[in-house]
Amino acid sequence: MEKAIRRYMPIFVLPTFCAFILGFIVPFIMGIWLSFCEFTTVTDAKFVGISNYVEAFKDTIFRHSFWYTALFAVVSLVVINVIAFALALALTQKMRGTNIFRTIFFMPNLIGGIVLGYIWQLIFNGILAKYSTALGLNEWYGFWGLVILVSWQQIGYMMIIYIAGLQSIPGDVMEAAQIDGASGIQRLFRVTIPMMMPSITICMFLSITNGFKLFDQNLSLTAGEPSKMSEMMALNIFNTFYGRTGWEGVGQAKAVIFFVIVVAIGMIQLRATRSKEVQQ
Amino acid sequence: MKKKKVLSVLLAAAMVAGLAAGCGSSSGSDASGSGEAKGEVYYLNFKPEADEYWKELAETYTKETGVKVTVLTAASGEYEKTLKSEMAKTDAPTLFQVNGPVGLASWKDYCYDLSGSDIAGELTDDSFALMDGDKMAGIAYVIENYGIIYNKALLEEAGYTADDITDFDSFKEVVEDITARKDELGFSAFTSAGMDGSSDWRFKTHLANIPIYYEYKDEGINNTDAIKGTYLDNYRQIWDLYINNATCEPTEISTKTADDATAEFVTEEAVFYQNGTWEYNNIADLGDENLGILPIYIGVEGEEDQGVCTGTENYWCVNAKASEDDIQATLDFMNWCVTSDEGVEAMCKDMGFVIPFKANLESENTLVNEANKYLEEGKTPVTWVFSTMPSEEWKNGVGSALTAYAADQADENWEKVVSAFVDGWASEAAAAK
Repeated sequence: MEKAIRRYMPIFVLPTFCAFILGFIVPFIMGIWLSFCEFTTVTDAKFVGISNYVEAFKDTIFRHSFWYTALFAVVSLVVINVIAFALALALTQKMRGTNIFRTIFFMPNLIGGIVLGYIWQLIFNGILAKYSTALGLNEWYGFWGLVILVSWQQIGYMMIIYIAGLQSIPGDVMEAAQIDGASGIQRLFRVTIPMMMPSITICMFLSITNGFKLFDQNLSLTAGEPSKMSEMMALNIFNTFYGRTGWEGVGQAKAVIFFVIVVAIGMIQLRATRSKEVQQ
Repeated sequence: MKKKKVLSVLLAAAMVAGLAAGCGSSSGSDASGSGEAKGEVYYLNFKPEADEYWKELAETYTKETGVKVTVLTAASGEYEKTLKSEMAKTDAPTLFQVNGPVGLASWKDYCYDLSGSDIAGELTDDSFALMDGDKMAGIAYVIENYGIIYNKALLEEAGYTADDITDFDSFKEVVEDITARKDELGFSAFTSAGMDGSSDWRFKTHLANIPIYYEYKDEGINNTDAIKGTYLDNYRQIWDLYINNATCEPTEISTKTADDATAEFVTEEAVFYQNGTWEYNNIADLGDENLGILPIYIGVEGEEDQGVCTGTENYWCVNAKASEDDIQATLDFMNWCVTSDEGVEAMCKDMGFVIPFKANLESENTLVNEANKYLEEGKTPVTWVFSTMPSEEWKNGVGSALTAYAADQADENWEKVVSAFVDGWASEAAAAK
């Protein structure tokens, strides 16, 4: 049977492979090519060399958006993972109603980012109006607003991954630790967390890349107000592409830079947490 | 066993074939049946408020001639984005719009030369054509007005009529008096000056048009790479008046939308509402007898003779890169729209447009007729110069600065508006490639 599968592998892989080429490889290569071009529509481009990259690096707003995004990614990474882990611990205890709570915490993840952004905008502005100010008037209101929004949206998802990880820890290991006299805290840090490293790797990878790539929520919650100070990288690229005549190529160059940054950070993070993973 | 294998290979092959066919050709939708109709029309419409009428009109045209007309409308503020992605497709729009010289700069390679076409001959005045050198790149299809729309009944209730308002000072008096008696009257002077992305064009684009217009007039120019900002103090005056006499606190305007402002006007919470003739269908519920439009006075000398802002940012362009059949079909469709009874009726009556073509009908749009009164009185309309604003980035910069200033109306915050306006103009003009 296995032999048969191997023999027909190319045929079975072909549909997905086609889709992958059309949906990923081709746009990706086109994107890199376009970052060296001047164009109005993507099918009609003129090669101009690296001038787009020069413009992109000269852009102070782009640099600001990088630091703003990096800070956001780190803060949201910590908040999401600490709370998600705590919830996962709580909801794997033996008590009634854990399934209901798991469902409830997971639900925000099913709502789209744009919708969430507008809903939270109403909530935040409703509260801030009492102090006669608004979300669009201070970049840090927007920052913390985004942190709250994204945490609310993603904690449930990460929690599910952590719960799966917790449930796969063999009971005998925990029991042995208990018999050896390890306290609750010791068991958490010396047994549970090391055994959970694969889940932690995944969750951290997801939340840091999500933090960098954040777009919908940023667009609908603050749209970069005030004066682009709360504009994150993805939104900055989008606005560069559409904001000025003749700047499409610069937007594209920024997108390539952005891709390199996200891949580099994702790789470093993967390597750092992978090295801490233990064999069960 | 062997048979099974053959079957599975066949099945897999069929799946792949289906997939390949799926990605391969999607353009097999030629209008079969009607033998003579060769080309197709694909219109990317700019005006969401006219969307349904265009679709109806397209259907009528298809029924009459058998030519397929597709109408797609971009969401408010999303036209350039939609156009860019639609133009990259195989079935690109054959008929699209640019907003004036700045918009034309990015699309000029795509504009078919309309000079000598049937529709060009229908224009009442050649100034309604958008020229790119000798090439007629676009043709305006609607002339619009904007100003301060007001509710006549409420203004009377407050003890005034439009005749009391002849310049900025008299306008200010009326507005501030209404604000002072706001609780007693039960309504405010202005609707909320929403600076949310759906509505900020009313101020960062349309209101900003007026100081630019006066500066151009002083300098005797119609475009520039470096604005001086001579009338920015006047811009501040009128902006102050808008935000401090509105239905909401100035700090809240960043959260208010265009719909909020329209709703406030229709539910009689405010007397004044800056917008244009295109809003007629949305506010017609107030009754024609209650609607009027005022020029936007900003305190410039001699402004008693100023009319409302009249112009267009809607130029039809035909995609030069479309096939010849499609171009011909598009030209025929455009011409039909502005000459046939159905077309003219739909544009003038349903959409409420004033069209710069010979067949124009008298408007049923009260706001248009109110605006035309100023012309009859011999007042000078303010031309639309905002199509010379250097980029979207510039508008957004001014908009953000206006919002920040509204929240804290200190001089140093106004300086930031000035800087976004003047320095921003220079840097954006330099950045435009």
